[in-house]
Amino acid sequence: MESAAHLRPGTQIAAYRVAEKLREGGMALLYQVAASDGGEAGLLKVPKLEFGSHPACYAGFEVEQMILARVAGPHVPRLLASGESDCGPYLVMEEIAGTSLAEFAAAAPLPAAEVARLGAALASALHDLHRQEVVHHDLKPSHVILRADGRAVLIDFGLAFHGHLPDLAEAESEKPLGTPAYISPEQIAGVRGDPRSDVFSLGVVLYLLATGRLPFGAPTGMGGLRRRLYFDPLPPRRVVADLPEWLQEIILHCLEVRADDRYATAAQLAHDLRHPDQVTLTQRGRRRQRAGPLVVAKRWLAALSAEPPPRKAPTAHLALAPQVLVAIDTGRGSEPLFQALRDATRRIVGGERDWRVSCVSVLEPSALTEQEDGAEIMRGLHMQRLMELHHWAQPLGLARERLRFHVLEGRDVPARLIDYARASHADHIIIGARGSSGRRRLLGSVSSRVASEAPCTVTVVRVSHSTDASTESADP
Amino acid sequence: MRIAVLADIHANLEALRTCLAHAEREGATQYVFLGDLVGYGADPVACLGLLADHADRGALLVRGNHDDAALGGLCETMNFVAREATYWTRAQLGSGERAFLAALPYTARRGDLLFVHADVNAPAKWEYIASSLQAGRCMDAGQARLTFAGHVHHPSLYFAAGSGVHHFQPVAGAPISLSGRRRWLAIGGSVGQPRDGNNAAAYALYDEEQRMLKYFRLPYDHLSAARKILAAGLPERLALRLQKGE
Repeated sequence: MESAAHLRPGTQIAAYRVAEKLREGGMALLYQVAASDGGEAGLLKVPKLEFGSHPACYAGFEVEQMILARVAGPHVPRLLASGESDCGPYLVMEEIAGTSLAEFAAAAPLPAAEVARLGAALASALHDLHRQEVVHHDLKPSHVILRADGRAVLIDFGLAFHGHLPDLAEAESEKPLGTPAYISPEQIAGVRGDPRSDVFSLGVVLYLLATGRLPFGAPTGMGGLRRRLYFDPLPPRRVVADLPEWLQEIILHCLEVRADDRYATAAQLAHDLRHPDQVTLTQRGRRRQRAGPLVVAKRWLAALSAEPPPRKAPTAHLALAPQVLVAIDTGRGSEPLFQALRDATRRIVGGERDWRVSCVSVLEPSALTEQEDGAEIMRGLHMQRLMELHHWAQPLGLARERLRFHVLEGRDVPARLIDYARASHADHIIIGARGSSGRRRLLGSVSSRVASEAPCTVTVVRVSHSTDASTESADP
Repeated sequence: MRIAVLADIHANLEALRTCLAHAEREGATQYVFLGDLVGYGADPVACLGLLADHADRGALLVRGNHDDAALGGLCETMNFVAREATYWTRAQLGSGERAFLAALPYTARRGDLLFVHADVNAPAKWEYIASSLQAGRCMDAGQARLTFAGHVHHPSLYFAAGSGVHHFQPVAGAPISLSGRRRWLAIGGSVGQPRDGNNAAAYALYDEEQRMLKYFRLPYDHLSAARKILAAGLPERLALRLQKGE
């Protein structure tokens, strides 16, 4: 029998043949393998189980195996095989082609636009993971691979938490689980399963990419770790003078000590990174100093008396912060329909704490906008639509920082809405039905196509027939 | 092979039928009944008939404290309601049913799986596994990779780790893969008398090849089961309990 530490090229493990050793980490070994039947090649991972290795080596492997078997999509490697061989337990996963985020980090400080692009890709990947009931808990540049198409893939789930599975990682250790430089304050206190812990670690990654420095250094002892419960990092604009305020605002928003003060979801963070112009600037963005001794003393006292919050599943956290998209056809809708859309919006966001509403309209090009000076006309129409969206939202009386406004352009209205819903991780779309107009008979119903093809729940709002009849006839 | 593990049926025919039908749809080919087949419920004879058919087809069964009590002896450790139900149950059973119960073993094994009603440590003492410490002792005594127990009526999963034995509250319907390199103790909950505030019948299904465990909660006609308890003249509290699941 061959020990996993010395798998020679050519060794057969289940349906795979070992090609070469890639890496030896503290916990596991990674090999490139080829499928014996000519199928997809992959990466073989085997835990270090020889005499003297830490019991957590196996727990980390077990957790990764359990979690990879339960997640899917473009932001995680696929699990190709797993089980027990003569050489011990193994798993084979998809080899992701791309560049490690560690390579980008090595070139930091990066320009703000590049930081935002990488951060948005990472935040989208995280939100996709959180929606599948998993918190990564060990986010850092070496655990992220950027695909050539710009999407991020998360790897190494040895410390991850799944809301529906026993927490084997936690059971193996009395110490905080995570990498010291990136770990969130609540993880240090032993809290597991809060998606906002990953948002904090992502904040550390953004800080590093933007400034080339780690906001809390890389402490080795518990005392050093606990400092981030009281002290905030040096504002990144003090390190890189020309860093835009919106980026400092986003980074420090992620790095808030209390999880409740951070972005409620990675989806909200992804949205802000993709639309810097819509970031609501507060004193965070302009801050030149760390918090003073009074704030630090308050945090210190709060940490002393802090009770661990009741454990919730990751998706239960997300449910408190739904992303709602309202599609408003300000060009053609009727006032009763606008009112009905507002009523539906109020009902849907009513009980939740950290919701956000994106008000979206699609501008279709016409003969007018396709002539020579069409671009100029389109810009005017775009601004007009934006004003109409603001006008629609005003009676809702919602806080400005909860609202986002977007005018999309394109002929295929349902496709544009669905793309937007997907990119913004919408949990719920609210859209009006226009009834049986001539236009709808000709082109098909926008709302029914959105309802059938959207990646999330869709509410189709209809006004009662008698009130709608008068506006229906006015519909061209 | 998929193994359906059904504990604490307590002569609840409606709940038993619902769980068996569900297990069949889920592809179960082996059945294990973890004791307390009778006691509390109004259908001991019908339930034992159904279980005897399963036993003939290869099902494993172990004995519970209520099965023991139904055979005779003083029930001084039981509370008043349980005692009433036991005397009532004794009066219903014929010699065939009594012989069936008398033949039940305390534990059963199948490969590296071990089945017991209460606690492997002292199966006839009917101790409740109410803590990680007791779960650990039970696992140590059995030396099995995976132990199934009943008796406590609350779905639970215990596992051994470097820092001791830990408890996990399973989520109904969510598959859990149980690695072969640690010990597990699974309590599937009660088929016939759930007590965790949820009145749906509980059972567990284990896929041997995939090493995958699933806990299920199934709504069943608890009103009929409760009506029969009242009609039989059993204590009213037993009928109420099915409705509330506590």
